[in-house]
Amino acid sequence: MESTSRNFNANVRAALANDALQSALGKIESGFVANRANAAPRLPEFDALRDQARDIKDHILDNLDFYLEAFEARVLESGGQVHWASSAADARAAILDICRSVDARTVTKGKSMIAEEIGLNDFLEENGIEPVETDLGEYIIQLRKEPPSHIIAPAIHLVKEQIEEAFRGAHEGMFDSGRSLEEPRALLEEARAVLRQRFLDADVGITGANFLIAATGSTVIVTNEGNGDLTQTLPKIHIVIASLEKVVPTLEDTSTLLRVLARSATGQEFTSYTTFSNGPRRNGDPDGPEQFHVVLLDNGRSEMLGGPVRDVLRCIRCGACMNHCPVYGAVGGHSYGWVYPGPIGAVLTPTLLGLDEGRHLPNASTFCGRCESVCPVRIPLLSLMRHHREQAFEDKLSPAAERTGLGVWAFFARHPALYRFATGLAMRALAWAGRKQGRFSTLPFAGGWTAHRDLPAPQGDTFQRQWSARGGRRR
Amino acid sequence: MVGARRAAAMSAARDAIFGRVRTSLGRTVINTEDRAVLEARLTGRKRGPIPARTALDTHPLIDLFVDMAAAADSTIERVADGGAVPAALSDFLARYNLGSDIRMAPDPWLDTIPWAGRPTLTITRGASDGSDDVGVTAAFAAIAETGTLMLLSGPDSPTTLNFLPDNHIVVLRASQVMAAYEDGWDALRDSGAMPRTVNFITGPSRTGDIEQKILLGAHGPRRLHIILIEDAR
Repeated sequence: MESTSRNFNANVRAALANDALQSALGKIESGFVANRANAAPRLPEFDALRDQARDIKDHILDNLDFYLEAFEARVLESGGQVHWASSAADARAAILDICRSVDARTVTKGKSMIAEEIGLNDFLEENGIEPVETDLGEYIIQLRKEPPSHIIAPAIHLVKEQIEEAFRGAHEGMFDSGRSLEEPRALLEEARAVLRQRFLDADVGITGANFLIAATGSTVIVTNEGNGDLTQTLPKIHIVIASLEKVVPTLEDTSTLLRVLARSATGQEFTSYTTFSNGPRRNGDPDGPEQFHVVLLDNGRSEMLGGPVRDVLRCIRCGACMNHCPVYGAVGGHSYGWVYPGPIGAVLTPTLLGLDEGRHLPNASTFCGRCESVCPVRIPLLSLMRHHREQAFEDKLSPAAERTGLGVWAFFARHPALYRFATGLAMRALAWAGRKQGRFSTLPFAGGWTAHRDLPAPQGDTFQRQWSARGGRRR
Repeated sequence: MVGARRAAAMSAARDAIFGRVRTSLGRTVINTEDRAVLEARLTGRKRGPIPARTALDTHPLIDLFVDMAAAADSTIERVADGGAVPAALSDFLARYNLGSDIRMAPDPWLDTIPWAGRPTLTITRGASDGSDDVGVTAAFAAIAETGTLMLLSGPDSPTTLNFLPDNHIVVLRASQVMAAYEDGWDALRDSGAMPRTVNFITGPSRTGDIEQKILLGAHGPRRLHIILIEDAR
């Protein structure tokens, strides 16, 4: 997928002016956020499970080589094949080879963020193979030719009228043109009818994996729709695409991670379908794929493992950080410009694409910490974003005015007496200048603020002086 | 199948990936002692925290399963014995006007149910090709923690029956209800090897992809109905 992360500011301006988007985003607090808040207290062990989930993931990262070898050996034992891919291009080539080996014409797909990361759909199309997304949200955005805006709810940026428009265009001639598609139920029924035939006709099914289990060689998918299961059960070939850090030692570890995944993602006790796959069809099996392939993608993970953002490899892709992010809630996923939006994207995108491309994303945070407070594997998202900010400053990637401003502030911050004197002076000057209106609608050097809202004039004394006056102590 | 050149490139990629992973981990090999510890962890069945809600005696645990399954939009009918299953199935079909054609898993245990007592049912056995309204299967176990059914693929148990028919009916014995997922894994490992597919199923198919409104019956079954035989002591 082509990145527009460097245009973050322009993306945001467009997003804020998009009424349909703002209406769709307005439903996140009463949806995902409220559902998680209701689910958490129903499981008193939730926080203990989150600690355990973090420890399991850290243990895996410490021993990634061992667990990958074990996983590979078990997959081979169960009759599957493992393909190692250093880069996105390697993974695409491996998948194309498998598809061509059976002259595949259509490929059904379960939802996979790794498939997005490697730009699989465009590549298959360029090579004459039709990819069909089967997750309802992914199907909708495939029809609209746009990328997902959320890692578990790819069409969360849309309102139903936009979905109706996409269906009327794509399904023309298949249904009565006078049909009503006003209700979500009618939209779902239409997608179900269209996709059911695609499931039955596909030559190859491609899914992602939430987990890869080293002890058993299982790949695990978690869905609510059942689309992943139809994708992997009906065609001749099942291809699983997953990144290295998805490996987990045992069924018990996977059970712990599953307990925190659904609750963090949608607030469900458990997802409708959790499926463990072990190789191809066995002797006597009446159904199932004849071939089972796992494509393991590195694409930068092996180097992240030894670097400063290693903790982000704990991520289990639940989406809670973006659901709870006030910036994501205002600007939506597409503003972030690449596959992974929200706080997790603010860490991953600059890491995987470089700070030159992604340096705006870690700045798009108020550091309120809501993302960290809900992360099921306790990723220190704020420190990791701060790391990128510092690195961008070190690399002199930010504009001169911003760097000079920070330099001036740093000088005063290192000289507390001067800082107090200067802020006291500035405060009194602003209070005097704003004494009539109590606010400023324009102010030199503060155009970035006053272009969008008034700056209140200072009232009373500086914070530090009020702090001292009220008996506050220094630490 | 992949060609020879692709195979060589893939093997080179494998070596390169392991090389980079080990460089990041600061080791070139895993020493024998560490490896023994890791191998033991792989086979050790060590559990994480198990939710206390499942620490119940047999009958309250079955009640928990029923409550959790209902909360996930499954419907459940509790019957006294296997002899009552055909009538319960007929009632379900009548309730939703589903006709009398049943596609059933060729499971020997399901054969012990006296279907012949309901001659109106037209039962065929085997996998589904997508044309069946009603699929009937057994289950390997049920997990009370979240009202989850655990189904295994195999010659007696086609996976397509779990996903293609609009109505999935599972005939379960109360004695199959276990507390947590880990109990299901122990039972599975004690009974033999991993099958091709293990399906954990919790309620019918659903989606929230249109304006976050939850709708049942996305791509899989619209209804999941559990007929629970009260055989537990």
